[in-house]
Amino acid sequence: MSGLMEENMAKNEKIPRQQMPEQAPLVRKNNFNEVPKGYTAEMAIQEAKRCMQCKKPACVEGCPVGVDIPGFIKHVSNGDFTKAISKLWEKNSLPAVCGRVCPQENQCEGKCILGKKGEPVAIGNLERFVADYEREKQLATRPEKAEPTGKKVAIVGSGPAGLTVAGDLVLKGHDVTIYEAFHKPGGVLVYGIPEFRLPKEIVFSEVSGLEKMGVNVQLNTVVGRIVSIDELFEQGYEAVFIAVGAGLPTFLNIPGENLIGILSANEYLTRANLMKAYLFPKYDTPVVRGKKVITIGAGNVAMDAARTALRLGAETSTIVYRRSREEVPARQAEVHHAEQEGVKFHFLTGPTKFLGNDKGRVVGMEGLKMVLGEPDSSGRRRPVPMKNSEFELECDLAIIAVGAGANPLLTQSTDGLALNKWGYITADPETGKTSKKGVWAGGDIVTGSATVILAMGAGRQAADSIHQYLSWGW
Amino acid sequence: MFKIINREEMAEGTVILNEIEAPLIAKKARPGQFVILKANETGERIPLTMADTNIEKGTITIIFMVVGKSTALFKTLQVGDSYQDVIGPLGKPTHLEKLGDVICVGGGTGIAVLHPITRGLKQAGNHVTAIIGSRNKDLLILEDKMRAASHELHVCTDDGSYGHKGFVTDVLKKILNEKNDQIKLVVGIGPVPMMKFVSLVTKEFNVKTLVSLNPIMIDGTGMCGGCRVSVGGKNKFACVDGPEFDGHEVDFDELSLRLQAYLEDEKQCHDHFCKCQD
Repeated sequence: MSGLMEENMAKNEKIPRQQMPEQAPLVRKNNFNEVPKGYTAEMAIQEAKRCMQCKKPACVEGCPVGVDIPGFIKHVSNGDFTKAISKLWEKNSLPAVCGRVCPQENQCEGKCILGKKGEPVAIGNLERFVADYEREKQLATRPEKAEPTGKKVAIVGSGPAGLTVAGDLVLKGHDVTIYEAFHKPGGVLVYGIPEFRLPKEIVFSEVSGLEKMGVNVQLNTVVGRIVSIDELFEQGYEAVFIAVGAGLPTFLNIPGENLIGILSANEYLTRANLMKAYLFPKYDTPVVRGKKVITIGAGNVAMDAARTALRLGAETSTIVYRRSREEVPARQAEVHHAEQEGVKFHFLTGPTKFLGNDKGRVVGMEGLKMVLGEPDSSGRRRPVPMKNSEFELECDLAIIAVGAGANPLLTQSTDGLALNKWGYITADPETGKTSKKGVWAGGDIVTGSATVILAMGAGRQAADSIHQYLSWGW
Repeated sequence: MFKIINREEMAEGTVILNEIEAPLIAKKARPGQFVILKANETGERIPLTMADTNIEKGTITIIFMVVGKSTALFKTLQVGDSYQDVIGPLGKPTHLEKLGDVICVGGGTGIAVLHPITRGLKQAGNHVTAIIGSRNKDLLILEDKMRAASHELHVCTDDGSYGHKGFVTDVLKKILNEKNDQIKLVVGIGPVPMMKFVSLVTKEFNVKTLVSLNPIMIDGTGMCGGCRVSVGGKNKFACVDGPEFDGHEVDFDELSLRLQAYLEDEKQCHDHFCKCQD
């Protein structure tokens, strides 16, 4: 490290990282409004000034879509937010989403050099600020599109991977159509992630930005049922990108699991978020409103479900997880937010049976205490049940959030698409190419449940590969 | 938007037919498949099995009974109005093949679902006996169409106001007693208790039986498991593995209970809707 750089670091460390103002825990646990309130312009400029403007920025390496982070932050520090959004849009068509839901601690911010001694630059908060500012002011112009190529591309699924590919390919002049099974676009961004973490308005606004650039979005279209992949080619599409996610809920397969009041997290969150059951009866879709709620699992989805339950009137909301706190897969910030709001955690606890009443409703869960044994194939220590540790936990709503598998609806109806033994699509990790000519895949349907930004990264690579194919062939 | 181009009140203002413009769905749909409909922005997603499709006109037909808020809302839609969202075709089509003698049993609005399957089985070269029933004469639907779709039709009403007095299972039992060995398949579609009793009867005679299940659904594409049913002791998702299953394997009692999950909410929503209508 050069002397000058060390001097700069010392200087920049002195400015404290700007804390994001948040709704107070006891207030927010009763509403669906977004928890963090966002930076003011002054805070954003102040935070942007902490950036060292590294010559070889490590933060960019940590970003799966390669955003020019020092570049956009430089504009923020000058107060030129419109230039900043243009910079972001060069690499990321969904900055308002990414600024909110990326696990920055493992990505861009995890690599920030200021983080070595103090706190890293709040890259995610800045990205979010810039995107929110533009959404409100609408001052920037979208990047220039290339001349139309006359090539048609179909994208199956409008989640983060599909939206990224659409954004990239439309810029390169291709004619892009997204097919979405649901009546709203966004995939997990609208049915899964709750309003208090990611307001749906923001997702729809980002999608409408893509539509303004010329992307055609076809809702209510279940590819595999109403149209097959081969029929898409017959209709004149020259390339297809499959990004249908890992939307098959995993259940525990223990006795009593079909009692009323036991829902997959997918069902619970779809009712609450996409169907707006939290506004019932103004909206028609109901959802079980438990007083004593348990959520099985400890990923981000489990945190979302447990926090949603509180907002729907639960007196107690408890996470049941068979490993210990150290193995919790959710983002630290989510666990912290859940705890602040009063979510309780039962670690090293495994459910064995659900108990019901004569009306078929769940009234409790039986479980066993666990101890951690040897590491398993995933490298995590395997939980082993303790003898004679049976116990009961009362509940009137149980949410199963133990992961998702590959939904077979599309893959079963497509000939010539190689799958792995778990039913995920086999695709080249560099390009997203599948075994079927002209077909790419990316996101959770290839990797299994992962993160929004990894799905976007896969989309970016696939878009480059699709563009090459349309220009020069397979 | 999916426009209603034809509407009929089939029984006492409680059974409604809608013919809806949906050319892509019409082109692809097969007997036994269903659609999910959502009337407007605040509406819920309701699954209904298609009663008919017309490729030339580009339409699908649904027939529903008014039982709660959403169907009461559907009832208010007139010719020229539209459903905001119609998604389909969903589920697996009925497997139609030539087997020999078959019996199609339908109850209530289940007859609407049974009709294209009955027609399909006849077209496939089977000898089709149909048995249809309802609570009373006014609620009976599609008698003429069922007569045309089958070789032999029996009609029952619970109160004896028309046809045979009693349940469809009475007639089914009688026919099975007479020519048990000849019957290769029974298809039973209607309210859960009816399908349960049809399956119990055919089990005695050891005749293969298909039922079409109607659990609560949200997405209809296999991503939530809200529609899970126990079939042969295993969990199946009715929206992707069904909706048709072997009636001898289905846990009907569990299905009945699960259908009651939101009874109180449904009543609250319906009352709220009725108040707003006044």
